[in-house]
Amino acid sequence: MTRNILEFEKPIFELEKKIDEMRKLESSLNISDEINNLEDKVEQLKKSVFANLTRWQRVQLARHPERPYTKDYLHMITENFVELHGDRAYKDDKAIVGGFATIDDQKVMIIGHQKGRDTKSNLYRNFGMPNPEGYRKALRLMKLAEKFNKPIITLLDTPGAYPGIKAEENGQAEAIARNLFEMSRLKVPIIVVVIGEGASGGALGLGVGDRILMLENTWYSVISPESCSSILWRSWDFKEQAAEALKLTAPDLLEQGIIDRIVPEPLGGAHNDPDTMAETLKATLLEEIKILRKIKPDKLIDMRLHKFGNMGVYSE
Amino acid sequence: MKWFKRSKNNFSTTSIKREVPDGQWIKCDTCNEIIHVKQMEANSFVCEKCGYHFRIGSKEYIDILLDKNSFKELDKKMKSGDPLEFVDTKNYKDRIRDTIKKTGLNDAVATGVGKINGRKVAFACMDFRFIGGSMGSVVGEKIARAIDKAYQQKIPMIIISQSGGARMMEGAFSLMQMAKTSARLARLADAKLPFISILTDPTTGGTTASYAMLGDINIAEPDALIGFAGPRVIKQTIGKDLPKGFQKSEFLLEHGFVDFIVKRTELKQKLDDVLSYLNQDAN
Ligand SMILES: [Zn+2]
Repeated sequence: MTRNILEFEKPIFELEKKIDEMRKLESSLNISDEINNLEDKVEQLKKSVFANLTRWQRVQLARHPERPYTKDYLHMITENFVELHGDRAYKDDKAIVGGFATIDDQKVMIIGHQKGRDTKSNLYRNFGMPNPEGYRKALRLMKLAEKFNKPIITLLDTPGAYPGIKAEENGQAEAIARNLFEMSRLKVPIIVVVIGEGASGGALGLGVGDRILMLENTWYSVISPESCSSILWRSWDFKEQAAEALKLTAPDLLEQGIIDRIVPEPLGGAHNDPDTMAETLKATLLEEIKILRKIKPDKLIDMRLHKFGNMGVYSE
Repeated sequence: MKWFKRSKNNFSTTSIKREVPDGQWIKCDTCNEIIHVKQMEANSFVCEKCGYHFRIGSKEYIDILLDKNSFKELDKKMKSGDPLEFVDTKNYKDRIRDTIKKTGLNDAVATGVGKINGRKVAFACMDFRFIGGSMGSVVGEKIARAIDKAYQQKIPMIIISQSGGARMMEGAFSLMQMAKTSARLARLADAKLPFISILTDPTTGGTTASYAMLGDINIAEPDALIGFAGPRVIKQTIGKDLPKGFQKSEFLLEHGFVDFIVKRTELKQKLDDVLSYLNQDAN
């Protein structure tokens, strides 16, 4: 398998490659000390690179083609996943997957954006860009969860809602708006986790909840750095500046009071060690569900209303 | 010097009066008819010859729709903070300050309570002139509070949208205004109080994908651009020309997303008609 290496990952990758080569020679040559030295070095390098990530680098990590997606987490975290399809009106949107699943003994409804890994699966998943029927499927599943009193977990990972002719004909805006409206008054706990890209209304359409979490190397904002660059700088070349200006990383959003918690990623990013990532996420979700389960539905809805009501900065 | 002003965008009586020396004549961009300002005002800023709806602001809508002197404005002084200390080619702070100076508005929405033919309503109207009618913290908060007013006083909520979408310079804060306003509308709906959304040219992006599409009744002005993604973005994505009339009011009516299209000159009467049904009859 050829690996996808980001520019700033390259020095780490080169060292790791060297270690692998040396290991092959280890039995014939006495070089284990050198290997140990190099391993220390790579660890140090990783630490320093990942401690000093720019916002744009985090955006790249959030989009890393080897990053775990919704279905990967379903596989690693849950048992007995029963996928449910279709909005009961028009179509089944492959850019959003959802269904009942069990995490340890906790039964939940999980819904998330789904990207593809290669050209073929990306076409099938529409690159994780939902159409209105996707949001309507998600809402149907959430109401089902409410009916049977199951907590809802949504996993956000989309470059945006799809901008197409059919999407507009079928009411992309209405579908997203309806989800915001209905999610705000669902009587079961909702935990939202940004696992990759949280692009604008396309992400928020699954993003109203009681607890909003972001994995450490993800982004969430009103627009992608590229589109922001093209509109405000009238050029695609200012994406790095746009990413800085938008303050769109997990630490940024925690500081802005928009998210509740950052879920730490393993050193090197989620794609570097998906199993550890999944374990951390699983433990976090179970912890959050346990807390939210104790809150009465009316109180939960009231808290949700105020949670979003408190977001915003203005003077009077 | 031309004695009329060609005016397609951001029409407002105040700016016209300033920019045209003898001040009183406007040329319709669609049919070239030359119209006196007084005549325009009397006809709700609709061209009498071709029916073109000039873009107007909150001040004009308040005059057209609400009973004389009935409007009591709320949160008039609210201004945007600069939570991200956002800088693109210009500081957001400067952009705000300059726009306030240029438009005489503090942000892209005016909210308050007023009366429509004697019936009390909570009312919000956006202004495209203020950074493209973009929705940031101020728009979200003022609309949320207006909805609260409707909720507390048990009166209908009416919102006139005119917006390019969420305001980029406030990043995730802008995005969250969509959730904030939608959640308030859900509470209003649970209290069985009516919400009427009026969509005018243009209503796109996060504004459409939140309160503008959530009316018990959605009303569009004729020939308004209404959509989620902007036409330019869609064209870029699909690499094809867009069909004629795409994302116009008539297109939305045809696809089932607005209840009806009404001329601005008939809007007040139509609102009155609709509101007369949206209340709880005693059994
Ligand atoms: Zn005309």
